[in-house]
Amino acid sequence: MSLSPDAVLAGLKEIVEEVAGIPAASIELGKNFTDDLDVDSLSMVEVVVAAEERFGVKIPDDKVTELATVGDAVNFIVNAAK
Amino acid sequence: MALNFTPKNRNSRILAVGAYRPSRIIPNSDIVDRIESSDEWIRERSGIESRRFAGPDESVISMSEAACRQALERSGISMADVDAVIVATITYPFQTPSAATELIALLGNPKAAAFDISAACAGFCYGVGMASDLIRSGSANYVLVVGVEKLSDFTDPEDRGTAFIFADGAGAVIIGPSESAGIGPTIWGSDATNRDAILMTPSWIDLKNPESLGWPDISMQGQTVFRWAVYQMAPIGLQALAAAGLTPETLDAFIPHQANMRIIDSMAKSMKLPDTVAIARDVRVSGNTSAASVPIAMDSLLAERPDLHGKTALIIGFGAGLVYAAQAIELPAASSNK
Repeated sequence: MSLSPDAVLAGLKEIVEEVAGIPAASIELGKNFTDDLDVDSLSMVEVVVAAEERFGVKIPDDKVTELATVGDAVNFIVNAAK
Repeated sequence: MALNFTPKNRNSRILAVGAYRPSRIIPNSDIVDRIESSDEWIRERSGIESRRFAGPDESVISMSEAACRQALERSGISMADVDAVIVATITYPFQTPSAATELIALLGNPKAAAFDISAACAGFCYGVGMASDLIRSGSANYVLVVGVEKLSDFTDPEDRGTAFIFADGAGAVIIGPSESAGIGPTIWGSDATNRDAILMTPSWIDLKNPESLGWPDISMQGQTVFRWAVYQMAPIGLQALAAAGLTPETLDAFIPHQANMRIIDSMAKSMKLPDTVAIARDVRVSGNTSAASVPIAMDSLLAERPDLHGKTALIIGFGAGLVYAAQAIELPAASSNK
């Protein structure tokens, strides 16, 4: 199943808002999860697990630390879903 | 000739719980400098405000003895009637003989069966399952199960992943036969593919090498453990409830291993526990005491909520291995847990 980057970004916005209470409007591709959005390491795990369920992909623990920005996560998910 | 005997096949229950909290209260402010952190950072990530560290005169054995004496006194059972003592710990500093044999000698019944189990933060629930089955089969009438840790001996005070989490303490329960069911089936197992997630390194053998990496400390991959605990352990808790004929709606209390407040809250959410379920959150003032955390949290919850005596609870332990065990239980009755 292929996913469009726009669809993944829209889904991620909802997830981050739900998990971390960050308004969806402030979530952009260039934003860093930790520095810009204040998503800490444990909340990041919750985001990742919710994203796995929503998009039907696997995001291994050793990849989570590589997902610094929202854009990194979108790219990873889009590629993993191909 | 075939063996000729009738299995007891009876029920078991927890008759009383006891706990020992070390006298030294360590607030976050005493931890932060060495891990370049802050009180706020620790509270946000763990919910911990303070923890207890044992002093030089508080050992794995002395803490266990105090918890056991309180449990025995509350149960009204004499140590002479205790058939077996199981100590769950990873911080007794001797490979052999066991902590359990040192403990029975101090408690005044040096003839009881006695052994230690190594199942880290799941150790207490492993012990409850074993004790319950020993009683159900007739191998024992009364069993003391102790969870005890002096993690401060095996924690690197400069490790940002563990220094603010681990703590010391002891808890004990006395388990005996019962007319009605008081301990449900144990749901237990491991995930050894994640064996590296919580590790003690270097080994004791490595210490012989003068170029050793230093004193053995316990390290943890926080994200891996969090993910496993929240998303793999919640279904295990629900399985333990179902095995005992309970549901989240009919449960009175949830007493998980006090790993981290974030894990406790996320597990409760994942299990969809209703607001009517009392949740033990002793990690706030006790930190993570590994094998000791469930009985200490049980003792604290009963002190805060005496109405929960005799009510149902889900206990679940999970930790290094990775290993886990869970049971639905009835909490000790009020008359015995003063």
